[in-house]
Amino acid sequence: MVSIDIEGADVDFPVFDAKTRSLKKAVLGRAGGAIGTDSKVPVIEALRDITISLRKGERVALVGHNGAGKSTLLRLMSGIYEPIRGRARVVGKVAPVFDLAVGMDPEISGLENILIRGLFLGMTRKQMEAKVDDIAAFTELGDYLSMPLRTYSTGMRVRLALGVVTSIDPEILLLDEGIGAVDAEFLAKARNRLHELVERSGILVFASHSDEFLADLCDTAIWMDRGTIREHGPLRDVLAHYKGRDVLAEIDAR
Amino acid sequence: MTAGDDRAQDSTSERTALVEAAGPRSWRRAFNDLGQGWKQRPLWGYLGWQDIKQRYRRSVLGPLWISISMGVIATAMGILYGALFGEDIATFLPYVATGLLIWNFVNGCILEGSEVFIANEGLIRFLPAPLSLHVYRLVWRQTLFFLHNLVVWAILMIVFPQSLSWTVLLAIPAFAVLVLNGAWIAVLAGIIATRFRDIPPIIASITQLLFFMTPIVWSYERFRSNPLAAYIELNPVLHYVEIIRQPLLGLPIAWHHWYVVGAITVVGCATALVCMRNYRSRVAYWV
Repeated sequence: MVSIDIEGADVDFPVFDAKTRSLKKAVLGRAGGAIGTDSKVPVIEALRDITISLRKGERVALVGHNGAGKSTLLRLMSGIYEPIRGRARVVGKVAPVFDLAVGMDPEISGLENILIRGLFLGMTRKQMEAKVDDIAAFTELGDYLSMPLRTYSTGMRVRLALGVVTSIDPEILLLDEGIGAVDAEFLAKARNRLHELVERSGILVFASHSDEFLADLCDTAIWMDRGTIREHGPLRDVLAHYKGRDVLAEIDAR
Repeated sequence: MTAGDDRAQDSTSERTALVEAAGPRSWRRAFNDLGQGWKQRPLWGYLGWQDIKQRYRRSVLGPLWISISMGVIATAMGILYGALFGEDIATFLPYVATGLLIWNFVNGCILEGSEVFIANEGLIRFLPAPLSLHVYRLVWRQTLFFLHNLVVWAILMIVFPQSLSWTVLLAIPAFAVLVLNGAWIAVLAGIIATRFRDIPPIIASITQLLFFMTPIVWSYERFRSNPLAAYIELNPVLHYVEIIRQPLLGLPIAWHHWYVVGAITVVGCATALVCMRNYRSRVAYWV
């Protein structure tokens, strides 16, 4: 059963500067009678007491100001960060789309990058080889796929990354902004594909500042504010409270 | 959906199901990380090869350069130090080359091991994957370097034939033990160095010192009469070099090196596992 259950989870980032992240300080600190060094390292409380329960078929928008904890929450859901306190239980095949440049090698061809990305997402080599034609058709990159990735434009890279992620049938799709650099026609296609994907299976969590995109893909929303969940409910209500006006009505009116 | 799809999903659910079963410090999750990483052999196998090909991309000879540069260095050092210590080239050149071959592996695992998580910061922070994946990739890459360098040994065996016997087969288990040690040292050094950034330079200085303390460019046989020889045995790298070099050169096998290596392997693996259990989940926060 595909699900995300987070209970009372906290995420703290230790901030080591050049002085604290050194052995010298730790050794001297202990000699001076301090109990531990960790307590002296300043922390950023990125997430505070997060409790969320998501089930199959939910399409959740993540909204909030910069630094509100949207990206950290997505990474908590993907399993990259384990909560300092509390529990996070994620069941299902997770496909995170965070930084599109990471895990992509500019020197090797698009095809090889597709393979590597797929393997990272838990596919086997055979499965990926079977999907290559599908991805090539979806991304419309054609012969370009055999060229090194460094010759690609930003938009082409986004196509490639989205092509891989949407082809592997993830059960939980986590999207973090940054997918704006694509042309409109392709965007429409990507939306269709994301729609299909979400309907077929699983959970979508999408962090974005684009109201239109959110309105199109999501039906509920979580408003993050200073590391806590300020509101969790229907997209229309949450967006209205967050923006102070009925954004969805404006989009409909257009 | 094919059977393959089912399997892939099963393994993922298994991973996620285990992940929440215990707190961040748990043996189960440490072993689970090692197991999941091992299952992703196609990925780190591919990435390890890619690392090597990357270095020699667009060069005509490609990875053959690894063997060539090794050959040149070993020959030059063999001749120089052979002349300095008055050694016979026919035995001393293969001795130096074999020693260097093993040293390069040890050095690579220690030096790159201390940077293994720092260097993969992007992957660790943006793609969920077992930590051990990066360690397997590193050790695999070093193994590939070793195999390329082994060509130099093979050529030297043809040019300067040594009295090899069945004991040459001992080099295989000896190398397997060396690989296992490369893995634990990378886990241990990697985790500590990610937390304390002074560790990589310290490790770099120590390995440099170790190179000179290890009988690679000087003959251990000749040094044995010296009263200081007993202290040289305190250098752990010496034992690793000996268990592989003796079989590869057809020298008599001194079994006490195997006992020392065995003891270090057990202690090292245990320490690395404890470190993995306690700090595995912290690495993503530290990088």
